[in-house]
Amino acid sequence: MFERALAGDRKYWGLVIVLLAIIGAGFMAYLVQLKLGLQITGMSRDVSWGFYIAQFTYLVGIAASAVMLVLPYYLHDYKTFGRITILGEFLAVAAVSMCVMFVLVDLGKPMRAFNLLLHPTPGSVLFWDMVVLSGYFLLNIVIGWTILEAEKNAAPPPSWVKPLIYLSIPWAPCIHIVTAFLYAGLPGRGFWLTAIMAPRFLASAFASGPALLILLALLIRKFTKFDPGTKPIQTLAKIVTYCIIINVLFFLFEAFTVFYSQIPEHMRHFEYLFAGIAGYGKLVPWMWVSMIGMITASILLVIPAVRRNHVTLAVACVMVVITTWIDKGLGLITGGFVPNPFDMITEYWPTALELLISAGVWAAGFLILTILYKIVVSIKEEIG
Amino acid sequence: MKTVEEKTATIDRRRFLKITGVSTIVGLLGGWKFVELLAPGELEAKYLPKAGALTAKRWAMLIDMKKLTDETAGKCIKTCHRLHNIPDVGDPKREIKWIWLERFENAFPGDEHDHMPESVEEGRFFVMCNHCDNPPCVRVCPTKATWQRDDGIIMMDQHRCIGCRYCMAACPFGARSFNWGDYRPLIKDKNPEYPTREKGVVEKCNFCAERLAKGLIPACVEESEGAMVFGDLMDSRSELRKIMRERYTIRRKPYLGTSPQVYYVV
Amino acid sequence: MSEEKKEIINSLKETGFYKPGKIYDRGKVIAGIVVFIIVAAFPFFYNAGKAAKMPEPKLDTPVIRQLPEAERVCVLPKQEMRENHMVLLDEWRDQVVREGNREYTGYTGKKYTISLQNTCMECHSNYEEFCNECHQYTVQTPACWGCHIQKPKEWAG
Repeated sequence: MFERALAGDRKYWGLVIVLLAIIGAGFMAYLVQLKLGLQITGMSRDVSWGFYIAQFTYLVGIAASAVMLVLPYYLHDYKTFGRITILGEFLAVAAVSMCVMFVLVDLGKPMRAFNLLLHPTPGSVLFWDMVVLSGYFLLNIVIGWTILEAEKNAAPPPSWVKPLIYLSIPWAPCIHIVTAFLYAGLPGRGFWLTAIMAPRFLASAFASGPALLILLALLIRKFTKFDPGTKPIQTLAKIVTYCIIINVLFFLFEAFTVFYSQIPEHMRHFEYLFAGIAGYGKLVPWMWVSMIGMITASILLVIPAVRRNHVTLAVACVMVVITTWIDKGLGLITGGFVPNPFDMITEYWPTALELLISAGVWAAGFLILTILYKIVVSIKEEIG
Repeated sequence: MKTVEEKTATIDRRRFLKITGVSTIVGLLGGWKFVELLAPGELEAKYLPKAGALTAKRWAMLIDMKKLTDETAGKCIKTCHRLHNIPDVGDPKREIKWIWLERFENAFPGDEHDHMPESVEEGRFFVMCNHCDNPPCVRVCPTKATWQRDDGIIMMDQHRCIGCRYCMAACPFGARSFNWGDYRPLIKDKNPEYPTREKGVVEKCNFCAERLAKGLIPACVEESEGAMVFGDLMDSRSELRKIMRERYTIRRKPYLGTSPQVYYVV
Repeated sequence: MSEEKKEIINSLKETGFYKPGKIYDRGKVIAGIVVFIIVAAFPFFYNAGKAAKMPEPKLDTPVIRQLPEAERVCVLPKQEMRENHMVLLDEWRDQVVREGNREYTGYTGKKYTISLQNTCMECHSNYEEFCNECHQYTVQTPACWGCHIQKPKEWAG
């Protein structure tokens, strides 16, 4: 099947070359980081996780795209999704690959990464995150590939995939829950120390993953002869609508608890993010854009006419993707570290090299996605 | 001339080393226990703690803020940082600190109020790793590169640390520092008795575990002119417990349940 | 060969595109193989006849010189140290850092403080002529020296 990725038109190769160029630039920047250490980033003693870990956290959410298609199709026999489950699965594969790369570029000693396996520590949430993420990656690539191959050969998929598909359904929420637990279990970080962390992760994942999937489906529809179909896109749009509203609500629940109780250790982080403390407030405009954008997107998506029109739907989905990205990819991690355990402010902002490395990882993920989608599209075009 | 006993012992050791060699491969498969089963007793007999090492059931530290002057504190910090090859990074955002001073409101956030005695209001408090009894940093470490010894000391194995910095996120006391770059050239006078650290690993105060092993008390305590006391919390006759019986002591953020083992007399 | 496979091959033969035994693009394939062999074997040709000097780790340091002949032994017999010192050092590392055992009984019964920096390098204060001699020959770059430091030259005096 892979040979389908090796034959394409000029647009396809153009995209591949652009992505390869970004990967190359990111890789060069990473070589600088390997030589000089993480001092080339904006991270510090106080904000010891930054853009990399934030991207990782956001992309775990994107990986949710798969289960939102697989679950209705296999558990509720919702046939409409049959045509596009593969798109969700392969998006998950690309997203999880990026997650792994982001964790690797964040390590101070990447050459020792295998210590995670040499000295497995079940008491550490990071250990379990490694287990659920690698498992989810394998499940999706194996399931996606096998089903697609069967489809190509116009044969029923082998019987051993079924149990794997059922396993992948409960496995999907686990990746968000475990990733949320990375943060929610730390005693000194009031911003993360809340039981709503996992539900928030689930809600934002099930909004951002399917929203990105809608955008990708619309692109495929526009640029290829494979039509993912209007009906599955509409159903996905409803899923995004519910989940983004739930995500906003969860945020407001947390805000109520924090501000009505007035406990400083929880409140100070919100103050920093949404108002700034003592003149420090780099993230304030971003956080407001994120919140207002999320609420606007919710309102837009509730209107049936907006959802039905693919242009306005695309606009709303872009808003969901961007606002959830600001929320998790910028605010969540930095917000947890500011103020620091001494109630002092050290701000964080990524450096150019850090952004370049991140762009390289994103490009690598999109290259994986492009190749996988190319295979899917050419097979789907063939079988019609 | 070797005695017969020594000769046989040599053969046994040769065998032991060969097994250890194989075990690096087997060890990858998690078969480390295999070696211990094959050569029981051998390991323990060859490796022993040094005679004269200071030992305790539960090491703890007490800092008497009434006795601590800024001058003494400066001496303690300097000695600690010199002995442990701590670099002078210069940039407060990325520096390495094992022991340093903070204002009361920063060391004990939430415990301050507007009407405190001047000594507390203006005083500078020693902060360092609390060697918590219930350490969150140890809980989160994915490689057991940081762990708790039987005597309570939270150790760091810089050979094993992968630099994920999860422990830094978990520590509620900001006690951990990361080597953001190659800091070795920034060490002023290298202490040849103690190793340095490469870029990419986390480090922190180790209660001078290397000195305890030689029968010496922690360097800061030695320099503190009586302002710091180090001892066994489980030994009711220890100097530490004697002071704790007489004076009211506080700890940083006890409500988080980590049970810090650095006590303060304010 | 199964009947099925034979059938497939026969049908391919009929198309005229499949000729058993024929190498397509013969010239290019053979040229590619030759280039590959030349590139892969280049280091061998390049260094042919130039034997590298056998390493001779030197034991001539002030501390060792002062020892009486009979006491010039390491913690384990020479040959074992040569072959397995890295295994021993790994073991030492874990024993000191993780188990808190800082004393090692050598094969002669003598007790040693376990320390690369303070015990090994005390006698073997000549890093370049001792450690590096073999490490360079075998192209090893042990990570030890990323953290552990040598005593200043004047101390070795």
